[in-house]
Amino acid sequence: MVSVPLRDRTAVVGIGQTEFGKGLADSELTLACRAISAAIDDAGLSPAEVDGLASFNWEEGREVEVARNVGLGDITFFSQVGYGGGAGCAVVGQAAMAVATGQCDVAVAWRARKRAAKASRPWAQARRVVAGHWQWSRPWGMVRPVDEVAMLARRHMHEFGSTRDHLANVALAFRKHANRNPAATMHDRTLTRDEYMEARWISEPLCLFDNCLETDGALAVVVTSAERARDLRQTPAYVHAFAQSIPRQHQVMTNYHNDDPLLGPSWTCAELLWNQASVRPDDVDVAQLYDAFSPLIPLSLEGYGFCARGDGGAFTEDGGLEWPDGRLPTNTSGGGMSEAYVHGFNLVLEGVRQIRGTSTSQVDDAAVSLVTSGEGVPTSAVLFTKEAT
Amino acid sequence: MEAEFLLPDVDDPDGAEFWRGTARGELLVQACASCGRWRFPPRPMCPSCRSLDVTWERTSGRGTIWSYVVPHPPLLPAYAHLAPYNVIVVALDEDPTIRMVSNLVTGPDGAINEIEPATIEIGTPVEVVFTQLDGVTLPHWIQS
Repeated sequence: MVSVPLRDRTAVVGIGQTEFGKGLADSELTLACRAISAAIDDAGLSPAEVDGLASFNWEEGREVEVARNVGLGDITFFSQVGYGGGAGCAVVGQAAMAVATGQCDVAVAWRARKRAAKASRPWAQARRVVAGHWQWSRPWGMVRPVDEVAMLARRHMHEFGSTRDHLANVALAFRKHANRNPAATMHDRTLTRDEYMEARWISEPLCLFDNCLETDGALAVVVTSAERARDLRQTPAYVHAFAQSIPRQHQVMTNYHNDDPLLGPSWTCAELLWNQASVRPDDVDVAQLYDAFSPLIPLSLEGYGFCARGDGGAFTEDGGLEWPDGRLPTNTSGGGMSEAYVHGFNLVLEGVRQIRGTSTSQVDDAAVSLVTSGEGVPTSAVLFTKEAT
Repeated sequence: MEAEFLLPDVDDPDGAEFWRGTARGELLVQACASCGRWRFPPRPMCPSCRSLDVTWERTSGRGTIWSYVVPHPPLLPAYAHLAPYNVIVVALDEDPTIRMVSNLVTGPDGAINEIEPATIEIGTPVEVVFTQLDGVTLPHWIQS
């Protein structure tokens, strides 16, 4: 049997979050402090016990600010991960690696973000002369992430016959889950197939409801060793497997220049993830798949091995993603499209809640819970399990 | 923000030769001077043989539409003014893994919103034309 050093050695033992909203008064640093503080309390630990930090490199509140505000202990591990939405599971996994290798005992990973204001959207702040690889796309009017993903979605429709109905299946499933989650931005707003089909275009073939929300908010998790987790107050969500990936010849978002652009970062991330795991895709009870845009769901379903290549659209048919009876209940808190878009970090917390048994769309006896981060960018994924093997 | 189009950095050390080519009416692709592999977008090192020596090869300027989108607002003001317009990805005939983001137009002076989006199809053969935009010569494509 192959030894997997990280498997089940650590667990998420605390989760915390702020409210989600638009135009929240708090700064990103204040939001981060609130969420981290709540996660430490949830774990039943004291701030002085925290000695590790993992965060997004876009984070406004840096480690030193967080540590001296929240009153953390001496920090002996800190790392940052880039590429925005690809980093959510990566910071959890890096925290887990740091604990497992003895670099720290209690690590916090978090994301705080204020993006509900239109002026704060990255694409709206473009400089006139574009630098880097973006200069080979933006001058022709491909200025937003939605345009970049729509290009792949159209190609997927052409090659594999996926349809707008499939994308509507994604949007409607996640909205139904949000309607059950009082914390979700769209808790009180239902969505019908007619409303989806009649919605205004954003970047054809994608409409308004193929896009995630724009949210202010913050979320955090506390990771510690499996041994210590058993003595704490919450049901541990064991970090069973973790993977990151930058596929060869990958280009961020405008990934059109390699041999097969529809084989995105999910594919290589999945290869390591399943090699690290003792479970298979068929064993996954519930999934939180990164959903900045609806076409990322079929691409991720294919990449992580839930269906054959090209069948990601068909997988969404007949309520395939819906709680409780779908083939794979997915984004059970509403996801980025209907709960909140905080660079996918809300997906991490929902993955943990499913193991704890506290989701508002709880899968019965959920024992294996997958969370993924951004498809289309350097990415990451984590498998949480209820039992340590 | 003023209603200005986004522009490439024509002085970028890796890409400047591409823009000198478009100014002459030529569509060039960066190639490894050592092993011959084409690469796009331009960058310093060949991923096949790690040579830093580059050459530039003139292409036929022919390709096919690999995919396309039709952006609608909200957009930057210059682009919102033209929306809806098309953005296409073209796969070059000589090497279909060399793909360029651009627009489908009716001719060198055509606007990016002149083609009826419903008439655009993946697989359509196209050929390059060159359009002046604020001092830069951008490649655009017409149906061939």
